[in-house]
Amino acid sequence: MATMVTSTRPPEIKKGAGTGPGLPGPNGNGSRRGGSFRDPEQHANRYRIGMWVALASVTMMFTSLSSAYIVRASSASDWIALPMPRVLIASTALILASSFTLEVARRKLKASLTKAYTQWVLVTVALGLAFLASQLSAWRQLSAAGLYLSSNPHSSFFYLLTGAHAVHLAGGLLGLVFLWLRSRWITTDAAVLKKRQASADAVSIYWHFMDALWIYLFLLLFLWR
Amino acid sequence: MSVETHEGVHRHPAPTGFIRKYIFSIDHKVIGIQYIMLALAAVIVGMLMSLLMRMNLSWPGTSWPILATLFPTGAPGGQMTPEFYLSLVTMHGTIMVFFVLTTAPQGGFGNYFLPIQIGAEDMAFPYLNMLSFWVTLVGFIVILLAIFVEGNQGLGEWFAALGPSFRGGSGTVGPIGGWTGYAPLSALGRVAGPGQGAGMNLWVISIAIFCVGSLLGALNFITTLLNMRTKGMSLMRMPLTCWAWFTTAVLALLSFPVLLGGGILLLLDRIAGTSFFIPGGLYVSGLLSGSNPNFPLHTGGSPILWQHLFWFFGHPEVYIAILPGMGATSHILATFARKPVFGYRAMVFAIFAIGLLGFFVWGHHMFISGMSPYSAIAFSILTLSIGVPSAVKTFNWLGTLWGARIRFTTAMLFALGFVSLFVAGGITGLILGQSSLDLAMHDTYIVTAHFHLVMGVASIFGMFAATYFWFPKMFGRSMNEKIGKLHFWITFVGVYAIFVPMHVMGIQGMPRRYSSFGEYEFLASLHPLVVFVSVAAIITIAVQFLFYFNVFWSIFKGEKAGDNPWEATTLEWNTTSPPPHDNFAGVLPTVYHGPYEFAVPGAPNDYVMQTDLEAEVPGENGHNGHKH
Repeated sequence: MATMVTSTRPPEIKKGAGTGPGLPGPNGNGSRRGGSFRDPEQHANRYRIGMWVALASVTMMFTSLSSAYIVRASSASDWIALPMPRVLIASTALILASSFTLEVARRKLKASLTKAYTQWVLVTVALGLAFLASQLSAWRQLSAAGLYLSSNPHSSFFYLLTGAHAVHLAGGLLGLVFLWLRSRWITTDAAVLKKRQASADAVSIYWHFMDALWIYLFLLLFLWR
Repeated sequence: MSVETHEGVHRHPAPTGFIRKYIFSIDHKVIGIQYIMLALAAVIVGMLMSLLMRMNLSWPGTSWPILATLFPTGAPGGQMTPEFYLSLVTMHGTIMVFFVLTTAPQGGFGNYFLPIQIGAEDMAFPYLNMLSFWVTLVGFIVILLAIFVEGNQGLGEWFAALGPSFRGGSGTVGPIGGWTGYAPLSALGRVAGPGQGAGMNLWVISIAIFCVGSLLGALNFITTLLNMRTKGMSLMRMPLTCWAWFTTAVLALLSFPVLLGGGILLLLDRIAGTSFFIPGGLYVSGLLSGSNPNFPLHTGGSPILWQHLFWFFGHPEVYIAILPGMGATSHILATFARKPVFGYRAMVFAIFAIGLLGFFVWGHHMFISGMSPYSAIAFSILTLSIGVPSAVKTFNWLGTLWGARIRFTTAMLFALGFVSLFVAGGITGLILGQSSLDLAMHDTYIVTAHFHLVMGVASIFGMFAATYFWFPKMFGRSMNEKIGKLHFWITFVGVYAIFVPMHVMGIQGMPRRYSSFGEYEFLASLHPLVVFVSVAAIITIAVQFLFYFNVFWSIFKGEKAGDNPWEATTLEWNTTSPPPHDNFAGVLPTVYHGPYEFAVPGAPNDYVMQTDLEAEVPGENGHNGHKH
């Protein structure tokens, strides 16, 4: 194994050869001992970066559906606006509240109050489930009134957009359950705690995004036309 | 999971069992090879389909007994039906674009070499990486099933027994719709005719699955590159390959969700009775929309909307195919020209400019859709402006070669071939990108020739170059250079012999996607050319099996290669061939140099590796030659 890395050039050759700068400069990667250990903080950061990147793609998908919505709404003579199911206001209140409770949970974690953190995460899960139930009851109201997916373009988009949002939100619920399961594992290891904080940050970024996405969809569906 | 942070780079221990090591592996190197194997399998399917198409075009009316055996409904009596031909067109395009040109360059070579080249021990999310491969594989299996369910033969019979929605059309080998699946025909279901039944559903589902797999991959690439670079690996010290893979991942991340959204709408139109893409008053197969239980009432949808959604994805997709090839070409040209890449920064900006502009030109695929001439002009100007960064890249490649003592290895030959094909195919892009000219040339063979040269064959050449170049690193053995050069020359001459005549056909007005031209007298004089193209295609396809032989023979019997057989500078050449499970055997390298320091005055070897020390750094044991 000693031959694994080969130096092809003795180090006594002086600076100025080649075009690259000589010394390793800081590149945003933080400090590391001897190049063989990754800084836990920096390494845990990948959860936050990954989440923002993932949300860029979620945004693009809902942008494509919204542009379809706008095109379809502006060109069609067959558009019949849906009556807004009142329960959607309850949905909106529930999801706003869930964002608030999750933020509380995140602060508790930062303050190392693990028990309170766990409890607030569970409250958020409950609010998230209540939101989904509320959306379901909006679907039932509409279908009881004879408005189905294929009834008219507005109802098609209503079921599609709320459904796509619900699927994404269910993913967020899985994330919350993951946080809850993780929080039951008691540890004082700094690296594990850093990772835990990073995953809590990532899940809450996602959750707040789903919250904002719902408000956007709500406005699009019932105020655009 | 706590192992991750405690043991530094040993984020996950090396697997021991066969299944965890080679099948459900989370090692980016194994996953990269899995992607490459998937592409190697898919490209055979796609290539044989093009062979069948060429046979039908050049020898119409000939009876091929083997076809009668293989496809009793698609080629009754050994003669292909037009539906069979159209489904070949569809499946050839879909399989090649998605499962070859998108998987091998990015998922394959990108997966294998991006982490190593930035000095990381693996991708940021190894399990996600595994998941993205397996999702992609499921997409491939579904697209293969689409062939069988549509045929009503063999497996198709079995599917048809499941119920009416699983029953396909007759006389086809798969869905019909081209790789673009234009609405409204693709949105109607079985009523629209052969090739529009269950196979089409599976086609849409396969594309949607593929989108998900690609998104997971893109997410991983971007996070890895942003977060996992080793000490000293600043952005401007990354090899151009990494820039290309990164830009490709950004394009995939932002364009695949749009196709996914469109695909969901299309599927709902097909199976849930919605009318996103289906206009009112449609009269298809002798039926009026709403007049028949098989053809429910549809109103108000917009078929053009599908085109917009599709091409908003579709144009970035062609850059997803070509950019990794550009990266590999830059990398390989510099290595074998023994010169730094000419204008490294300009190359980086050009990659980004191409990627960015790629999002604003989708309308040039739709000039004949009835769009406003003003939008057409805007799309034209934006399209032509892509010529600027493309020219920057071409001139910088030539600048890299200028005055160099070139080492003509097979990898170098294919990289030079890439430059040649990119220019030859790109030139017609400037013609087709102008709406006034495109109106005449749209849907003729000149379009076929253009995109095959510039995005198909050029990217494949990039991947051939990458294969010959990185093979020693991946398997510890070199590929046979003699067979490689034979492979290069026949392929290089072959692809020009195939696609240059197609320009002539296109200018004479020969439409693409037609199964026969017997009825068109004005095209009769072109028939010898059609036969010539087919003969060239048969020879070129045959030679590819030489490549397959070379790959699989060299894995086991190739000449043993050292750690750095090409005297290259980047980090992958700093480790063993093949690299250990964590890439650098426990010590992450530290980077002191840019990626292309060749022809360094005074250096004993004429090149400086990225890890070579320039001066002693107090308090650092960064010299990676140290092994504790």
